[in-house]
This record gives sequence, structure tokens and C-alpha cells, in this order.
Amino acid sequence: MLNRRTSAAALAVLALAATAACGKSGSPSASTDSSVKAAAYPVKTDAKLDGSPTIAAAKKRGKLVIGAKADQPFLGFEDVTTNTRNGFDIEVAKMVAADLGFSESQIEWKTIASANRETALSGGQIDYYVGTYSINDKRKAQVSFAGPYYIAGQDLLVRKDNSDITGPDATKGKNVCTATGSTSIDRIKTYGATVTAFDTYSQCVDKLLNKEVDAVTTDDAILMGYAAKNEGQLKVVGKPFSTEKYGVGLNKDDKVLRDAIDDALKAHEDNGDWKKAFDATLAKSGSAAPQPPALERY
Amino acid sequence: MGILFEDHNFSLFWHAFVQTIELSAASALLAIVLGTLLAACRVSPVPVLRAFGTVWIGVFRNTPLTLLFFAVTFGLPRVDVHLPAFLCAAVALGCYTASFVCEVLRAGINTIPIGQAEAARSLGMTFSQTLTLIVLPQAGRAVLGPMSSVFIALPRNSAIAGAFNVAELLSLQQTLSERGYAIFAIFFWIALAYLCISAAVGLAFRTLERKLAVAA
Repeated sequence: MLNRRTSAAALAVLALAATAACGKSGSPSASTDSSVKAAAYPVKTDAKLDGSPTIAAAKKRGKLVIGAKADQPFLGFEDVTTNTRNGFDIEVAKMVAADLGFSESQIEWKTIASANRETALSGGQIDYYVGTYSINDKRKAQVSFAGPYYIAGQDLLVRKDNSDITGPDATKGKNVCTATGSTSIDRIKTYGATVTAFDTYSQCVDKLLNKEVDAVTTDDAILMGYAAKNEGQLKVVGKPFSTEKYGVGLNKDDKVLRDAIDDALKAHEDNGDWKKAFDATLAKSGSAAPQPPALERY
Repeated sequence: MGILFEDHNFSLFWHAFVQTIELSAASALLAIVLGTLLAACRVSPVPVLRAFGTVWIGVFRNTPLTLLFFAVTFGLPRVDVHLPAFLCAAVALGCYTASFVCEVLRAGINTIPIGQAEAARSLGMTFSQTLTLIVLPQAGRAVLGPMSSVFIALPRNSAIAGAFNVAELLSLQQTLSERGYAIFAIFFWIALAYLCISAAVGLAFRTLERKLAVAA
């Protein structure tokens, strides 16, 4: 009886799928240790932004709309239980907003996926974007960048007890996970790694904790966030092998706004707010704050 | 428009296109086999099999496909089952589509007059003989139309696999937009590729219908 045998097999699959669905999906939630706090940013009342259509529109609606990421722990993260956003990118976005003359309560956050950043900026859905946005020439043709406010580099995240992955050269034949479509894929492939690609880094981190992959690779800033979230279980190798300049993305035609954001970044880097923001967020991974990069005004 | 022909994008695109077709074909095969067996279960005289069919349909037709992908990709490793990504995707997609194939087939089976089955029984045929020789061939012809809808939806559903380590067409969008290409140009080519696949499936079913349809 072919029928009975195959249905028995099918039943087995179903049972398997059912048990699988019950699997624990727990990953430790972001640590809420707030011993180190980012600075409060005094709102500038005399910001001169005449000639910026973006700011004119924002003033009219009384709110600044900032695009950000919501799924990067300690970088750009939305805590839906408390309805707050936190992370290094969020702090940068806030300090810029303060210098543009907008208080925290006048900020409206919008989560924008990487693929939609250019359309959201040029379409005016958001006033500016802070979310691991690498400055490159192709993007410069569509949007403008202020900054860079941080220089990241592709790095590796491994389990704390791992001692054989010491850098990209040691990934040959290893299973390395990263996000679908990221430039990190192409680069790690040149070192001979086997690549696994998922939609989000948290899925990669899940596979790393479950020992199905040996490392997760992307910009060190993102990895630091996950190392901080999984304190004591994961570590960043700390040998970056690329250069990604994170900029604040804004509408291409708005030079006044671009200059104003550059000024704001400079001011907060000089007065120590930038370092305080780093210490309150990404430093929880065990990495010390680097020097802020030089701005590239254009 | 030139984005396909710069920076070796074409080989990427071609690879993604082939992956989508391979994944669709593999899961279609699984869906047809599994779906037919499920339909047989649902009309069988054995109560346990009928219950099994009903539960399968209930689970797989009502669960969001992404969740099924999650269960297979992140759930199975927790019970120490490690499958390659392509197989995970084919299993998730095949099991999901099988539930739709089953329901379409069952509708077809219901259109066959009960007298046909009774006649087969009176000739001494077993249940499986009645089903495979008399009922299913007629039912299959009757449902070609709705069946084509199921299989046109399949390649588009396969887009979810892109998020689960299968380099298919939709995940290519992320690669290209990360490289900085304009999103509309990217989607134009991807949409065109899906359209080609869907049109081919549609055409295949139209041909089948012309060849097999019974004159009313």
C-alpha cells in the first residue's frame, strides 16, 4: 500500500514541522544597563537655515521626520515595549536635530529599509536619514551626504570561545553568515569563505549561537551592537578589512541643510557628546570609542 | 536600463533567474505528488487518513508562508535536523503549495458523478484503482484552470526564499540596491523576469487544457 507508507512519511514531516515551530526562539533581550548615559543636547534656537526647503517644510509641520533603522541593537533600535528608540545612530540623529532647532519631542521617527532609503529621501518622506548609511558615488548621484560621522569596517563576529578565526584570512572554508545582498558577501567570498545569507543579521546571530555558522560578517559597528546584546557569548574579532564611511543622508538639492548637519556633527564631536554617545551604546561590546573621522564637506 | 549589462550584473541576474526556476520546479514537483496523496487521503474511506489530510490542510494552508520558512530553517536545527538551504526552501514551499493542490483536486473529485466510482467498484476495482484509473484522471482535467492559478502563484511565492539563504530573483534586488542602483530600474528587470516565468507556466497550462479538456 503505497498510500499508507507515504502518508506515514508525510505525517512524520508534519510532526517534525510542528515540533520545530515550538522551538524556543529566545535570544537575550538588549541589556538595559544605563550606568553610562548619553548627553542631553541643548536645542539651538538661533539655527540659521534660510534657503533649505527641507527645514522650511519641517518648520511648517512643526516636526522633523528622521529615517532610521529599527532592528540594529545599540545602533538603531526600536524598543516596542517602551516605544523608544536607542543606539548610536539614534544619538547622532538627535544631536543633529538639536542643532537644527528641533527638540526630542519634535522628532518623528520613521523606520526605512535599506532598499528604500534613496526613494524616501528624494521623495521627501523623511528629512534626513541616520542608519549605517555608507557614502558611495552611486548613491551620491541620488542623494547627498553629510559626514562621515563614523568609519566602520567589515569585521567578524564569533563565539567567545572561538580562537581559530583571528581575521578574514582565517575564514577559508568556514561558514560565514551575512545579510542577503550586502556588499559584505562579495568581500568575504574573496577569502574563500562559504557564505550563508539571511534577511537580517539577527537571523545570522541565531545561527551563530546555534553553531550552524562559524562567524557573522558585516560592518563592525553592527557587530558591536550584537556583541553588546549577547554579552559574554559573542565577540568582535577586531580586524576590520574594509572602509565604510557612515554619512547622514539627505535630499540631494539641499546644500544649506547639508552644511548645517556637517556643522552640527563637528560641534558635537568637539564638545565630547559624540564620545559620550558611543560610550553609552556600542562601547558595551567591549570596544573603546575611536576618534571621530574628519568631515568631508563638498 | 543598462544595469543588467554592467559590473557582471548579468551573470548574477541569470543565476538568480535559474535559482527561481529550479526552486519553483522542485517545489512544484513536491506539491503535485504530496497534493495528490493528500487529496487521496481526504476522500479515502479510512478515517485516520481523512483526519490527517484535514489537519495538514489546516496547518499548511493557514500558516503564513514566511512562518513556514522560519520553522524549517530555524526550527529544524533545534531538533538537530540540518538541511541545505535550497532543500529547506523547497520543503516549505512544496508543503504549502501541496495543501492548495489538494483542495483544488478534491474539488475536481467532487465533480465526478458518484456512479463512476460505483461502477468501478462493481467491476471489482480496489479503492486505489478506482481513484487512479477512473476518478483522478477525470478530476485532473476538470481542474486545469484553477490549478494553473496555484502554479502561477508558486514562482512568486518562492521570492520569500530569498530571505532564507537562497539566491533567487527578489534577493537580487538587495544586492543591486546595495551596489547603489536606482530601485525602479532594478524592479523593472525583476518584474519582467517573474512575468516571463508566470507567462510560461500559464502557457503550459493553456496548452494542456487544449489537449486534455473534455468537450462539454
